[in-house]
Amino acid sequence: MNVISEAYQSWSIAERMLLFMLIAPLLGGALAGIDRVASARLQGRCGPPVLQPFFDVFKLLRKERIIVNKVQDFPIVLFLLFTIFSGALFFAGADLLLTIFSLALAGTFLILGAFSVSSPFSHLGAEREIIQMVAYEPMVILVAVGMYQVTGSFNVGAIASYQAPLILYLPGVFAGFVYILTIKFRKSPFDLSMSHHAHQEIVRGITTEFSGPALALIEIAHWYENVLLLGMVYLFFAFTPWLGLGVALATFFLEIFIDMNYARFKWQLTFLSSWLFTAVAGVSNIIVLSLMK
Amino acid sequence: MTALLFLILFPLAVSFLALVPPHSLAFRKAVGACVNVTLCAVPIYLLITNLERGAAYFHVESKLIDVGMLFAELFIAVFIVYVSVRAKRYIPVLLVVVQTAIMVTFEFTSGHGMQVEHSLFVDKFSIIMALIIGIIGSAICLYAIGYMPEYHEHYEEVKDRRRYFAFLLYLFLSAMFGIVFSNNLMWIYFFWEVTTVCSFLLIGYRDDKASRESAFRALNMNLLGGVVFSVGLFTLYSTSGIMELDKLLLADKGSILLPAVCFAFAGLVKSAQFPFCSWLTGAMVAPTPVSALLHSSTMVKAGVYLILRVAPVMENTVAAQMLTLVGGVSFLVTALIAISQSNAKKVLAYSTISNLGLIVACAGVNTDAAVWSAILLIIFHAVAKSLLFLCVGIIEYKLGSRDIEDMDYLILRLPKLTAIMMVGMAGMFLAPFGMIISKFVTLKAFVESTPVMAIILAYGSAATIFFWTKWMGKIISIKHGVAEVMEHRVSNWEWITLGMLAVVTVAVSLGFPFISFHVINPYLTELFGTIPVVDSFNVLMVSVIMLGLLIILPLGLLYYAFIDKNYKRVGTYLGGGNIDNTTFEGAMASVRTIELKNYYLENYFGEERLINVGVFVSLTLTFIMFGVAVI
Repeated sequence: MNVISEAYQSWSIAERMLLFMLIAPLLGGALAGIDRVASARLQGRCGPPVLQPFFDVFKLLRKERIIVNKVQDFPIVLFLLFTIFSGALFFAGADLLLTIFSLALAGTFLILGAFSVSSPFSHLGAEREIIQMVAYEPMVILVAVGMYQVTGSFNVGAIASYQAPLILYLPGVFAGFVYILTIKFRKSPFDLSMSHHAHQEIVRGITTEFSGPALALIEIAHWYENVLLLGMVYLFFAFTPWLGLGVALATFFLEIFIDMNYARFKWQLTFLSSWLFTAVAGVSNIIVLSLMK
Repeated sequence: MTALLFLILFPLAVSFLALVPPHSLAFRKAVGACVNVTLCAVPIYLLITNLERGAAYFHVESKLIDVGMLFAELFIAVFIVYVSVRAKRYIPVLLVVVQTAIMVTFEFTSGHGMQVEHSLFVDKFSIIMALIIGIIGSAICLYAIGYMPEYHEHYEEVKDRRRYFAFLLYLFLSAMFGIVFSNNLMWIYFFWEVTTVCSFLLIGYRDDKASRESAFRALNMNLLGGVVFSVGLFTLYSTSGIMELDKLLLADKGSILLPAVCFAFAGLVKSAQFPFCSWLTGAMVAPTPVSALLHSSTMVKAGVYLILRVAPVMENTVAAQMLTLVGGVSFLVTALIAISQSNAKKVLAYSTISNLGLIVACAGVNTDAAVWSAILLIIFHAVAKSLLFLCVGIIEYKLGSRDIEDMDYLILRLPKLTAIMMVGMAGMFLAPFGMIISKFVTLKAFVESTPVMAIILAYGSAATIFFWTKWMGKIISIKHGVAEVMEHRVSNWEWITLGMLAVVTVAVSLGFPFISFHVINPYLTELFGTIPVVDSFNVLMVSVIMLGLLIILPLGLLYYAFIDKNYKRVGTYLGGGNIDNTTFEGAMASVRTIELKNYYLENYFGEERLINVGVFVSLTLTFIMFGVAVI
């Protein structure tokens, strides 16, 4: 582990960014493959090979482009670009807030893409995606706030090298973050705008009118995003790297487990429960921290 | 000093010129353009000449002016009484009488001995305000010249009082320059009252039941603010003998807390913060240039300007905390209410209050970082919001509606206008634009001083994303087939102002490091002795995103619209056999039409419910603010 962190320290920001761009999709794709196998096993199926997500994406990329309007693919390209950019910022050790805002920008592009095709299904998906975004955004910002309160910096590098385990100060914030992570991972019960599970819907919400290469881009962006989110989980435990990696992986499996065990919530419940959980777990943690100072 | 006097007197002269009867539209446009250029040029000149200098104070032989102002105030009072009595409304009469009684007593008891050393001053913050008033204000006046004829074509029943309208707009500009350049508090108060009256008359321009109602509501609330302002002046002079803004900061802070709170209260009313936010949403009945000029970019900014000026006096008091919380409540609650609104102008109004709330909260926190972001918020908001108002004003006549739900496929019907609107909206909340940079620093400032505000900001930002994104989504949806293009009906005159403001929106977002370094930081150094450290890597990254978008967006759109031919185009999936883009054949050979509507979540964010919550909470906070000041 020390070798890795020393190597990381020696790279420049540009090198770190580049490395993230290359490794993250491999990692994200592999995680997606593991996800599918694990889900299948939980359902008593055998499941596809672990590399199946890569096969899917390669196949999608080769397919004919079928579109309903000329510019609909452009927001998707921007969605991918900005997702990569925010992940790169994070793993380069730059500003956590900037990462969050840039990720929100990426999300906005996806929503705008879905709106622009003006199909009723993707319209509904987009509306729900906004609600999801509103549901998780406060908690994501509070993660940054909490980390700043403890470490005195928004800088990911500084937070990661802080001389105490963050989780001891931020258990509530961490719990809240794990809660909204289910939304970000697009897992049931919060997979309102689009779902990984074919049995839940006939028309796939936000991506209804996106097929072939555009759909592949959305999938790749999702891989990048997942890696970034697990990176944020890691940050809570960065004091002991092995533990951090373990918890990040455990969180990932927990999300799969939750995904398998819940039916989809309505948006009302999704929205209210997220805000309430954010308030109970996140806000209380922040206030306690501010009183401790 | 000449430049300052010129900026105050020149619009005043223009306003009287506007009253002069004849002249063709072309002539008025020519004059308007000249005035516009002058009003842009002089503040820029002021900026350049003062770039290296600190604040400068000027003595003005003011005996005669003071008498003149007193008479003008009396005239205004009589005028308000006359108008109110004629409309059978007696609250304004009462308020005016109280206010005039206070001021006249004040004048006679202490007017003779009063020595005002410097009546006018200019520092970096005033220059920023002057630039906003000069550039945005005069651009909106220019737009109004083209807009009003169309307004009267649409509302034939409204009496055509164009000249009177132009008179009020330029008079208002003059008063605004007066507010930001006056060091003499009596002068600020005088100009403050002039803006109140202008706002009242402009809101009531249509002269029907709804607009009279709104106009009087605005008048009542702003007069209440004026009464408290005058009480502040009275107590300030009787306790400390101060009548100047700069001396306020040097005085013993404990003894002048009450006046400072009074001024802050007047500022809260002017900026339409809770519990007084209802006058601003009511004011949306006014013609669009009025909403853009008075109720988003300039007049409401006078409120936060005053609050920012007096905030140092309240530093580290409970009163300041209450001020912060009032701002926070206004920010959060109005952002939530905006989700439930489908009237475009109302969404803009609520978002204005929301942003002003954030500025007020920053003023309450009053650290270098907070004030830094407050000033940037003022700039970014003024530019982007006025742009949006002007766009909505045009859309309203082209579509015959100001309801967001009627703006389907706007990008097909008014493509260029939609593009400009997207710039404005992105300017309000998306990452590379300036607003986000100030939120960034604001968050930092809040975490360090009042973590409760950081939480409010987290929730409020989420709400902000909601209402902007769904509106953006509405206007960029595209359908297959023909849509009626109505863009050619937008006059060149309106394009010029829109283009100007759009360029300024992008320019301030790109140029904010310059603004920060040369204008805001020197001001903060004078005030605090320190400047906030903004991570230069972040600034660089934000600029990279901004530049990236500026390059990628046009190129990408160009590529997808014209070059890219490698696709198969189909109709959208509607759940049956498509007949055309919006109708399909469903089960049992039924023909169904689709309609796409946005979510408004009335049950959660309904206006009435939340307004009551906000009013009660903020009233309590305001009472506490006064309570601790009186004790």
